[in-house]
Amino acid sequence: MQPVATTFFFYLLSGAAILGGVLVITRKNPVHSALALIMTLLAQAGLYLMLYAPFVAGVQIILYAGGIMVLFLFVIMLVNIEKVQKQEQFNKQWLVGIVAAAALGVLFVLVYMKGESLFPKHVVRLAEESNTQEIAVLLYGQYMFAFEIASLLLLVAIIGAVVMAKKRI
Amino acid sequence: MLDYIQGYLSSNVTPGQAGNVFWATVYILIVFGAISVAVMAMNWLERKALAHFQIRLGPMRVGPHGLLQPIADAIKLLTKEDIIPSGADKFVFWIAPLIILCAAFTVYIVVPFGPTHAITDLNIGILFMLGVASLSVLGVVMAGWASNSHYPLIGALRSSAQMVSYEVAMGMAVVSAILMTSLHGLGMYGVAANSTGTGTLSMIDIVKAQQEQHVWFFFKFFPLGLVAFGIFAIAMVAETNRAPFDLPEAESELTAGFHTEYSGLRWSLFMLGEYAAMIAVSSIAVTLWLGGWMRPFPHTLGGETWDLVFSLFPGLTFIGLAAIAFIGVVRMPKHPYFKIQTAGLAGFGVALGLIGLILFVPPVRDRIQDIYWFAAKVAVFMYLYIWYRATWPRYRFDQLMKVGWKVLLPIAIGVLILTAIMGVLL
Repeated sequence: MQPVATTFFFYLLSGAAILGGVLVITRKNPVHSALALIMTLLAQAGLYLMLYAPFVAGVQIILYAGGIMVLFLFVIMLVNIEKVQKQEQFNKQWLVGIVAAAALGVLFVLVYMKGESLFPKHVVRLAEESNTQEIAVLLYGQYMFAFEIASLLLLVAIIGAVVMAKKRI
Repeated sequence: MLDYIQGYLSSNVTPGQAGNVFWATVYILIVFGAISVAVMAMNWLERKALAHFQIRLGPMRVGPHGLLQPIADAIKLLTKEDIIPSGADKFVFWIAPLIILCAAFTVYIVVPFGPTHAITDLNIGILFMLGVASLSVLGVVMAGWASNSHYPLIGALRSSAQMVSYEVAMGMAVVSAILMTSLHGLGMYGVAANSTGTGTLSMIDIVKAQQEQHVWFFFKFFPLGLVAFGIFAIAMVAETNRAPFDLPEAESELTAGFHTEYSGLRWSLFMLGEYAAMIAVSSIAVTLWLGGWMRPFPHTLGGETWDLVFSLFPGLTFIGLAAIAFIGVVRMPKHPYFKIQTAGLAGFGVALGLIGLILFVPPVRDRIQDIYWFAAKVAVFMYLYIWYRATWPRYRFDQLMKVGWKVLLPIAIGVLILTAIMGVLL
């Protein structure tokens, strides 16, 4: 189908993502920061949908819902919110901050200047209907080895967690 | 205008796929309205059925047999004072029920009430449903935390642990059903079915795969489909925080769990979200294992005669309901005090009968059939929810975790592996 009001949704979603990102670092209450993070991640899922990548969007929602959930619990259980709200929020690292901001700014300006040549002229429109199937074929065919290594890494992480949590095995 | 409507009626894709904004909006409004009405009906049915399980009468005062009770409840909740506890985080407190409600209603975008009767069909349908449904746990935890009170917080923590653990078993069961969409194997009676090649996550295509393979996944690779369905049926009760897994709102320990501090409209939003989520997960189960919109025995009892017989079911159901209403009219006490109630019940029966008659008209009959079978299958699940609640005592929390991680998850993984093996061998 033909997409509807693409520009509007792009600005809406990217605006929501940026606003959420700013709120994450400016809110004093860590629970509010976690909520702002959800907003950013959901807006990103929307952007993935606009890029004809429904599978990535779905995985983004399904993974980060659980991820933020755990973050939320950490905040509730480990952080003393009353104490945190009285603490200073920023470290006043002006020098490092300015250098990082300048580097990012230069990057943005460069991309803006060379924009035409950096990006492909025509957007490759991937098949929306068989997106998931194609990802599956790539993951379990061409990139099988990389996929298995990634899963091995996760297995190691799980074993590490068990070893740390259990006193006697 | 008429041409436009007629042109749509002959289309064979969902409005979302056709890019038809007008019809998509109409569908969204219809689904939203229908779910809200279904929630009200479910509310009445639950109170009534629970009462009968416990040899009580249940609501009898408002309207004949308490039929208007949900409306009275809604008015009461809307006009009640809305209390925000002092020290509560106002913004989070305010937004938590909305998140639950939005998550519960958003999943209906992909629920396939029929081959064309869905708002849209996403390539990632089932993934989308599980993902958005899992967002509702955020609402629960936010509500519990923002209330600034101990019981809600304990309820919310319990709920998050429970929902995250049962999601794993649920996901494994769903994966084995999705795997079945790509495996042809043998049909139920050894009918050689067509191979569909690659599997699919789209809700409509999952039902179509069952149609092509001539078997509900419930019966496929017997008993593997059955076991996977059983795991899902248990996990979905835990996911929606219903008895016997309703620890987050265990009233004997936590008063009302995460929504203890909520009142009035906000509380009713929680209830609306909970029931909408129940219908949503039931429709996942119906789509994945029970053949979605397909009528029973579409192949064994095929042919035009049987098609006609089964197409009369929607009308007959409503006529049957009307008949029950008229039995109620006859059995009403003859005292003048009950005059209005008797007349009301008779009117309700007439309305049901008229709906039944309309459903007999051939064009309506053909159009409504798939929705009817889908709704009928979902209704079975809704009744099961009530039945569970009336029958089983609540789990203890350690038992709940044990069942989730040590029983359901290993069985689900085993079923997944066996399904893959069966698919390769057969």
